[in-house]
Amino acid sequence: MLERVQSQSDRTMIEIRDVTRSYGSFKALDNASLAIREGEFFSLLGPSGCGKTTLLRMIAGFDTPTSGSIAVDGQPMDGIPANRRPTNMVFQSYAIFPHLDVEQNVAYGLKRLRLGAGEEKRRVEEALAQVSLIGLGKRHATELSGGQRQRVALARALVMRPKVLLLDEPLSALDKKLREQMQVELRRLQQAVGITFVLVTHDQYEALAMSDRIAVMFGGRIAQVASPKEIYQRPVNRQVADFLGGMNFVKAEIVEENGASLLLDTLGFGRVRTDKPRAFVRNGGAATLGIRPERLRVLWDNTTAKFEVAGKVVERHYFGEITHLIVEIPGLEKPLSVTETNDFGADDIPVGAPIRLAYDPEALVAMAD
Amino acid sequence: MTAAVEGSPPLRVAGLRRSPLLQSEAVQGFALISPTFVYALILLVLPILVVIAHSFWTQHYLTIDHTFTLENYRIALTEPIYRDLLWRSLYISLTVSLLTVALAYPIAYFISFHGGRHKSLWLFLITIPFWTSYLLRVMSWKVILGYNGVLNSGLMGLGIIDEPSTALLYNSTAVIITLTHAWATFAILPIFVSLEKVDRTLVEAATDLGDGPLRSFLRVTLPLSAPGVISAALIVMIPTVGDYVTPKLVGGKDGVMIANAIQAQFGKASNWPLGAALSVTTMIIVSLMAGATVLVFRALQRLAR
Repeated sequence: MLERVQSQSDRTMIEIRDVTRSYGSFKALDNASLAIREGEFFSLLGPSGCGKTTLLRMIAGFDTPTSGSIAVDGQPMDGIPANRRPTNMVFQSYAIFPHLDVEQNVAYGLKRLRLGAGEEKRRVEEALAQVSLIGLGKRHATELSGGQRQRVALARALVMRPKVLLLDEPLSALDKKLREQMQVELRRLQQAVGITFVLVTHDQYEALAMSDRIAVMFGGRIAQVASPKEIYQRPVNRQVADFLGGMNFVKAEIVEENGASLLLDTLGFGRVRTDKPRAFVRNGGAATLGIRPERLRVLWDNTTAKFEVAGKVVERHYFGEITHLIVEIPGLEKPLSVTETNDFGADDIPVGAPIRLAYDPEALVAMAD
Repeated sequence: MTAAVEGSPPLRVAGLRRSPLLQSEAVQGFALISPTFVYALILLVLPILVVIAHSFWTQHYLTIDHTFTLENYRIALTEPIYRDLLWRSLYISLTVSLLTVALAYPIAYFISFHGGRHKSLWLFLITIPFWTSYLLRVMSWKVILGYNGVLNSGLMGLGIIDEPSTALLYNSTAVIITLTHAWATFAILPIFVSLEKVDRTLVEAATDLGDGPLRSFLRVTLPLSAPGVISAALIVMIPTVGDYVTPKLVGGKDGVMIANAIQAQFGKASNWPLGAALSVTTMIIVSLMAGATVLVFRALQRLAR
């Protein structure tokens, strides 16, 4: 299988240790620890109010941890104000200075460094070229489209050559098509400049498509930190699984537990042996077994599979290139969701028809209940 | 069946054959603003026209000679007394507006950026002095600055001066102090409004790009609140040129302003045409000064980039 090219080193760029941020009795961030590597594209993913933006703002210096510490490039950031941190930020609203033109916006942070007119101009042009905004330098901030404003915000941060670039939901204000284009461009840009990017997003596809690693957060806590593939295929609990696309959950009983694997008894899938997740903490004898809808395949006519379940189609939803089937399996309290490509006519399966589904036991994930 | 498909005929307003003139949007618009327009015409434009007309006539005791003359303007512009009064009025109003804006800005800034949940309470507190009459407020400055006033007794009590100072009251400084206090609220409110409109993320962005608090203020907050500063300066400058109550009460003979002279011409001296010419001259010069102020502010704004 094709693996993502590992451009980053193993050196830690941002070290977040036991950071808590409380507002009165409410904990926006609860004892979070995280190490972000140099040159990594790292995403903080979670629903709104999960503490991801709070964490980003604390790295930038706009917010202070109630307890715990943050270090950037080995340097503790306690007491260092935002204007003296080696980080730069792309704001959700882009925060383009409305009284300045594009060039002046990009040169804003350079002015203070007194580089001299020539060097300043060269760096501004380099930054504008990186974000494909050549020729728009004299355009006034109020005459820019959403996508252009976003590029100006990027150039303005990149021109400072920060050690870390912080992005606060930078694509949420763009329409779908532009957003998808910018995802690719941002990823390409990050690999070209080699700067550590920390992205805050609530869009799971955005995080999966762009990141080297993702931290999934819920209610001020970090639930899982892993590569996109691992997060998607081996979610650590039901919450993470549910947040990243659909997942079928099946009740299971733990029959046997050892260091690396679990033996589970389920009603629909029988007795299954699965990998034990790294963060598995046993909670009594019950557990949950999960399988993604696209990992269940429809078995046609006489074909058989080593692992299969049989049931009845109760609903069918057509989505163009795929069809979504809801299949009732005897013994399961909730019907299974199945996504099947329409190449073989899944969109013609009649509701009420008996159906057999094949699955790969590798695709079954055990989760703590 | 076909009838149902065809649908209803276009709506027609029965019995009202409107003229195309009445249906034009422009005419409807004028009709809509006409009450206010007539009001403005009668109460603003007409009096000004009457004043301008008078400025070209001549007073003969009780009658007015309606032959056109520029004599009044010659007197208004060349007589040293009127020239001095005009200069002093401009100097006082300019100083007052600059001082008022300089003092009002920090207050407006504090309320806008650090007022928190109590912004409206702060604004309310600032308007409290305005519940008393303007005359009372001017008179209270007399109490503070007078020979036996609060300031003199205070300074004497502290042993800083031996006898009451007469330098505090009845001069242009007293006028400036009184007017600066009187107009503070009118400067605070427009500056506050423009500061409220400054997106706080922009200040954060400036900080993120390396600016300390002072730099981000000078490079972002101040330029973006400039419209409020300009309007505050104009709101204070234009009316203070024509103020005649304050100079009369606290100005003494050194604090007399052009409006006192105009009032005298329309009153005791009973020379309306000269009073009118002085008014028109003052109006024109104030407009020029207001225009110049806007230009100076714009230039400063451009320099700050």
